[in-house]
Amino acid sequence: MDWLTFLNVLDSAVRLSTPLLLACLAGLFTERAGVVDIGLEGKMIAGAFAAGAVAVFTGSAWIALLAAIGASVFFGLVHAFACVTQRGNQIVSGVAINFIALGLAAVLGHSWFEQGGKTPAPPVSGRFTSIDLPYAAEAAQMGPVGRFYADVVSGHNILVYFAFLAPFLAWWLLSRTRFGLRLRAVGENPAAVDTAGVSVARLRYSGQIICGALCGVAGAYLAIGLNAGYLNNMTAGRGYIALAALIFAKWRPVPALFVCLLFGFLDASANRLQGVSLPSVGVVPVQFIQALPYILTVILLAGFIGKAVPPKAGGVPYVKER
Amino acid sequence: MIRSTLFAVAVSALAAGGASAAGFKPAIVYDLGGKFDKSFNESAFTGATKFKEDTSVDFRDFEIQNDSQREQALSRFARQGFSPIVSVGFSHEGAVSKVAPQFPDTQFVIVDSVVDLPNVRSIVFKEHEGSYLAGVAATLASQTKKVGFVGGMDIALIRKFACGYVQGVKATDPAAEVFQNMTGTTGAAWADPVRGGELAKSQMARGADVVYHAAGGTGEGVLQAVADAGKLGIGVDKNQNALHPGHVLTSMVKRVDTAVYDTFKEAQAGEWTPGLRVFGLAEDGVALAVDENNQALITEEIAAAIDAAREGIISGEIAVHDYMTDSACPVQ
Repeated sequence: MDWLTFLNVLDSAVRLSTPLLLACLAGLFTERAGVVDIGLEGKMIAGAFAAGAVAVFTGSAWIALLAAIGASVFFGLVHAFACVTQRGNQIVSGVAINFIALGLAAVLGHSWFEQGGKTPAPPVSGRFTSIDLPYAAEAAQMGPVGRFYADVVSGHNILVYFAFLAPFLAWWLLSRTRFGLRLRAVGENPAAVDTAGVSVARLRYSGQIICGALCGVAGAYLAIGLNAGYLNNMTAGRGYIALAALIFAKWRPVPALFVCLLFGFLDASANRLQGVSLPSVGVVPVQFIQALPYILTVILLAGFIGKAVPPKAGGVPYVKER
Repeated sequence: MIRSTLFAVAVSALAAGGASAAGFKPAIVYDLGGKFDKSFNESAFTGATKFKEDTSVDFRDFEIQNDSQREQALSRFARQGFSPIVSVGFSHEGAVSKVAPQFPDTQFVIVDSVVDLPNVRSIVFKEHEGSYLAGVAATLASQTKKVGFVGGMDIALIRKFACGYVQGVKATDPAAEVFQNMTGTTGAAWADPVRGGELAKSQMARGADVVYHAAGGTGEGVLQAVADAGKLGIGVDKNQNALHPGHVLTSMVKRVDTAVYDTFKEAQAGEWTPGLRVFGLAEDGVALAVDENNQALITEEIAAAIDAAREGIISGEIAVHDYMTDSACPVQ
């Protein structure tokens, strides 16, 4: 693989890892607060559908983004109500959200647009289009590093740049602010937080709200950034892969960035290596290439990351009297 | 909605029962892509709707949500006395071969596949011929002489599209390069526009400036990526020129609508016959779409080359190899 091809794969990897990264951070905030969330997929779908539909109605990408965040946060609050206030089973609630979001998007989409659950393509103003960073064209002429800047760093839409900034913001929030420290404490030992006079429920609700907002951005990115319009089940399991990435990254934001980039890179190379003859191997079957990200995930999870310890109070509803 | 449809059917059945003794009740079962996939399912729906407008005979249709519903839908329609029952898509092959023998008096029709039973009509298209023309047009429109193909699920039918396309490209310019990619190996490959877009982008990064897709909903991602990059795409199945005017060179149209319309017509007139129906260029079953959205892109040179190739194929001068006959393609 020469340098230019490699840059192309990297460029594609950046685009493909963005929704994973946002969803992974979303999961991180809620799980660090002690609420397991397998409904990331459903929240992304809600966000993607809301973004697709509102972009068509208003023709504004920013209003669509807000709608996506709103829809996704709504499902986050439902999850929080079920798991925190009502102390329900967090897995069941998460699965329910996945089903409801997928079904609701199909039903609403069908009744509003009559295209089999799909939203029509929004106008150009209703999409996040790619931004060329300053001096990208000049940099492309200046050797390999310039090419890297022009091909990989420049030319993405604003949500991509936000996603790549987010892990650092998350790190700062979780380890340098009072709110972040409390949020992490509530995932490890809620009783201690409660004893200190801080509301466990409120912190866990905030975790879900942040989670919902990030999932909404991820959904909007899929529907009006990467694509033009919502399609049934367009998240294609990214919410679950994000959960795997979260475990892989041991619930830490900056490693999450690298894990998601790795997953995105594998995905991008799978697209790129199809039908390409590799030295000494020949043409690798498409099926193998497409299974590669999953095989690697299993291998890496099985042996190479050491012990991944989840937040201690994860999945356990907090009961004050105990 | 279901209730109102049922009511409408009941009313029309009553009316039909009064008017004609035949009680002609056609039905359609779509494939997973859904009725409004902007592709061949929608084309079948268009044909049936035209029949309804022309004859005011209503039809029933069903969109399956998963594979297990294929047989259920077919046998339910058959039990309720619908005939002919059109199954759109090769994936219905198993279900049709299972259900058709149970209802020997019902007329079954399968599109895109062959089921050899006494009460089944199989409608297939010579996609390789239409794709050959697409290849000719793509090569002439390409500045870089590098063109791409994005397929949906990796199956023989899609290989047939790819193989015809490559033959068209190589016949026009033997030095031209073709990049081929398949989206996946499962049904999900028909509805993954993100991957479709990425595949198109990777082909464009290698220099392709015309990309032909045969990938259902995934293809919308292909056409979008190509239009965003200011290059040219080629649509498939239905006329997709209007999706991105000026950026869709042409569409390789499969006239599923005509096939469905004709089938209904013949069945209504009592002239329906089982057996294999093949629609190629000669029968206008496949064609390249030219309309106001792509008129400017189809130069005289391209139009002339397409016409020449079309006549050559019809007269038999140009033999386009069909991938499905021997699961191999003579050119890559």
